[in-house]
Amino acid sequence: MPDRRPDPDALLASIHRSEAKQIRGKLKVFFGMAPGVGKTYAMLEAARKAHAEGMDMAVALVETHGREETQRLLDGLPVIPRTMIAYCGTQLGELDLEAVLARRPRLAVVDELAHTNVPGSRHVKRWQDVEELLAAGIDVFTTLNVQHLESRADTVRQITGVAVRETVPDSMIEAADEIQLVDLTPAQLRERLTEGKVYLGDRAAAAADNFFKESNLTALRELALRLTAERVDKQLREIREDRQISAIWRSGERLLVAVGASPFSTRLIRWTRRMAYALDAPWIAVNVETPAPRTPEERRLLDENLALARELNAEIVVVPDRDVAGTLVRVAQQHNVSQIVIGKSRGSPVLDFLRGGSLADRLIRRSGQIDVYVVPAEPRTGRSRWREWTASAASRPREYVTALLTVFGMTLVGLAIQELTGYTAISLFYLTAVVLLGLFVGQGPILLAATLSALAWNFLFIPPILTFRIDKFEDGLMFGIFFVIALVTGRLTGRLRAQERDQRQREQRATALYQLTRAIAAARSADEVLRNAAAQVQELFGARLAIFTLDPAQPGRLVLHPAATYVADEREQGVAAWTFRNHKAAGRFTDTLPAAEGFYLPLLAGENCLGVMGVRPPAEATLPINQRGLLESFATQIALALDRERLRATEEAARLSQESEKLHRTLLDGVSHELKTPLAVIASAAENLADGPLVAEIRTATQRLQRLVNNLLDMTRLESGSLRLRRDWCDPADLINAAREATADAWRGRDVRTELPAGLPLVRADAGLIQQALANLIHNACVHTPATAAITLAAGVDEPARQIWMAVADNGPGLRADQQDRLFDKFYRGDPGRTGGLGLGLSIARGFAEAHGGRVEARNQPGGGARFTIFLPLERPASVPPE
Amino acid sequence: MSPDTFHPEVLVIDDEVQIRRLLRVTLEGAGFRVRETDRGELGLAEAATKRPDAIILDLGLPDLPGIEVLKRLREWSRLPVLILSVRGQEADKIEALDAGADDYLSKPFGGGELLARLRAMLRRVQSPEEESSLRFGDVEIDFARRVVTKAGAVVKLTPKEYGLLRLLVLHRGRVITHRQILRELWGPKAEEQTQYLRVYMTHLRQKLENDPNQPRFFRTESGIGYRFNEE
Repeated sequence: MPDRRPDPDALLASIHRSEAKQIRGKLKVFFGMAPGVGKTYAMLEAARKAHAEGMDMAVALVETHGREETQRLLDGLPVIPRTMIAYCGTQLGELDLEAVLARRPRLAVVDELAHTNVPGSRHVKRWQDVEELLAAGIDVFTTLNVQHLESRADTVRQITGVAVRETVPDSMIEAADEIQLVDLTPAQLRERLTEGKVYLGDRAAAAADNFFKESNLTALRELALRLTAERVDKQLREIREDRQISAIWRSGERLLVAVGASPFSTRLIRWTRRMAYALDAPWIAVNVETPAPRTPEERRLLDENLALARELNAEIVVVPDRDVAGTLVRVAQQHNVSQIVIGKSRGSPVLDFLRGGSLADRLIRRSGQIDVYVVPAEPRTGRSRWREWTASAASRPREYVTALLTVFGMTLVGLAIQELTGYTAISLFYLTAVVLLGLFVGQGPILLAATLSALAWNFLFIPPILTFRIDKFEDGLMFGIFFVIALVTGRLTGRLRAQERDQRQREQRATALYQLTRAIAAARSADEVLRNAAAQVQELFGARLAIFTLDPAQPGRLVLHPAATYVADEREQGVAAWTFRNHKAAGRFTDTLPAAEGFYLPLLAGENCLGVMGVRPPAEATLPINQRGLLESFATQIALALDRERLRATEEAARLSQESEKLHRTLLDGVSHELKTPLAVIASAAENLADGPLVAEIRTATQRLQRLVNNLLDMTRLESGSLRLRRDWCDPADLINAAREATADAWRGRDVRTELPAGLPLVRADAGLIQQALANLIHNACVHTPATAAITLAAGVDEPARQIWMAVADNGPGLRADQQDRLFDKFYRGDPGRTGGLGLGLSIARGFAEAHGGRVEARNQPGGGARFTIFLPLERPASVPPE
Repeated sequence: MSPDTFHPEVLVIDDEVQIRRLLRVTLEGAGFRVRETDRGELGLAEAATKRPDAIILDLGLPDLPGIEVLKRLREWSRLPVLILSVRGQEADKIEALDAGADDYLSKPFGGGELLARLRAMLRRVQSPEEESSLRFGDVEIDFARRVVTKAGAVVKLTPKEYGLLRLLVLHRGRVITHRQILRELWGPKAEEQTQYLRVYMTHLRQKLENDPNQPRFFRTESGIGYRFNEE
């Protein structure tokens, strides 16, 4: 069954969703159709409930609008005071973001999500404050009316005739964990309005006639209900994906919207966004950059449109090409788009006919499998091409002066050579001047020059001179043709130049990126990467660059890199720190801390933020979307280079440590071999000598030396971390017997008993090491007790603590109180007066036990004497199969 | 066979001249003939041409690792091999024993221990035929009837216990690794299941040893395996 196939991407997305949600605070939105439905009231009731349940909550900001019942709900709730910001002579209370972040309640109550903050606040919009609270892991309750939703703003304007300026991006609502619809019928709301429960005094009457008309309210209510329903639907789908009840084989829809420099595009963008949301599909906003020149007004509009699309989570694609329809289809195919959305053309029917149909016609002809939606435009706004001409004319007065002077100069030349050439040839001089002018000035000045020169030629040269009259037919013809040629060549050269300029700009961008990439690739260190980047930014943008990198001394802190070409003051550093924490761009040209001098971009490599790039352009500069894109590409390149450097450094460190470990091991093995071999020869030789008093001395001395060498080598192995455990199931009795036999020379002549209960469980340990640890304990007991003291070796199980213990006990003098803490320290010797021994034995025993996840303990026994115990974790081996 | 008439030849392969001299003194004193070399390659050539009765092989040789010498030797010869090693080389020892070495000895070693090991090895070669019964302490094993008695009373052994006992007794005087026993009794898949062995060894000791906590016959070679000693 193909429809049972779970989409791995969807699964991954679901995991990411839940992971991101775990760290973020939870957002609950109390959602309503209009003011006055009781959102704040419902929110405060929920907050009171949370408070009563003992949750750590705080009211960060609530607007009561003077409503008494709301005010009563606030009683007894902890309130964080607002911060007062001076604005236009008055003090305005705003959400004190710092105070809330410092107080860190589990839950913060923030009213009116769509509110625009007073200039001077950290963020432009309150929803950005909320976003930051959520990012800090604080749960938030907030309220929102449907008209403030970005994607619904247009619809609301059409319904109510009121333009909505305070909007909240839809992503905010989509990210909300819970949405509670606060619903009221229009009639009930109007009733509340007349009772003065929504607005006080005169405002209520005015509102009832305008915004609160019954028809408006019905439409708004439907909007709110539908949005909530859509969301429920989407949630249901998410739950299905999570649980895989029936893994939905996703349609794989992908939308593309064509965006131009038109105010109508915003409507298109929102329309597409709504559709994408309903389909749960990704979407792309494409701008086809035709060579036709744009007015500054158009540029601004385009930038705004693309910014809106970006805000609404679209992928932005800007492609330069002359053929709009073909490009759209090409991009659509490249991105696997299933539906293209365009606006209904406003172009003239004649032009459309010449082009081979309107954009929609051409698109539909070539789109093949892809659906095309044509969304109707609003009525024409009355703007025409002419306005653009004038707009462009106004911007370059100097070019007009150039054009005037050129025509004037040409006229002087014409007057001088008229005798030689005759008046007809003068027109060619004028024409040359106009064409040449086209290489340097824009279309407006060219048009002016063409017109002026035509008139000048007529007035000064065509007989009868000093009149605009033309007597001869061929002169008239000449004048007409001249005028047309001058106009056309002027326009053509102008357009060529515009194209060339665009081309050059694009090439500059590509070159800039290429140069940066190359400069970074050539850099041998992170410092060099940053220095090269700073030089490039300076050259290309005429802007200064500051790079903040992670402070190696203080993890999580930023430090200004010396490659920076401007010194960021404390405030700028604060912006950089915000960018670093939130992994988002901030500062100038953004909605977060826009008063900053610099524009700050995070340097992101995967999930990690490696630093922040600050760019400080000249004071009056703007940041068009393509420049911003280029800067973002720069940031990505720099981040990748930094990441590469970081990885290289890590790798280098790992290699060094590996090499040093290898060296260490070789050295240890060498020393071990060189020390042990001669000792082995001496010991073996002494074994083979006939017994005698001197031979016994040799043997004792050799044993002592061997013990010392072994202890030193064991200690070195422990300290260097080169100890490798070879764990296997061992019988504790075997371990004790082996240790007992290994130390026979030390305890010979004493009473050594073993107390081993039957049925001891096995222990998973490195037999050699534990045996050595036990041998060290036995040896220790022999050295520190009188020769007559008895030694008991015992083992047992402590089931509740899941431990196996092995003990070496004696009936000697026991431990002094001051010794117990330091017994297991390296080089600690219990009795400094006694000769022999380095004080390593117990320390090694502890090291070996701890390497097994166990421990050693030294105690005085109730009946006298000391008792040293090794505890090892108790594990159960796999059962033995029955025969 | 008395030592007067039989003088086995032992080939010593060790790069430490002092150890070689020491071995020569000890071995010749006990009636062995000794041939020595300091290189693995030379040792292999000597073993092929001179046909010694046993080989003493050091694991750390400069030209060829001891384990390599052993593996190449085992391709064509069943000559008894005694491994010499230092403390802390348990992994190498086990590898060598699993690769076909007959026993091991850790440096420093006593002369008596060395000679006992060598003789146990040689006995296997000299008397390969199986005895029909064996007696140690107050225990008697009748291999033909598969009956084990202790102090005259019949001891009941499970088939696996009897198998383990027989395996150890057959290799008496020599070490046998956990892996070898497990493979023999439980099959190659159980080679890592040391806990089986521990359990059965405990049973065997409880049934046959006088003091199971301080076994006299069934000795543990820590981290390596077991050794059955008659005395």
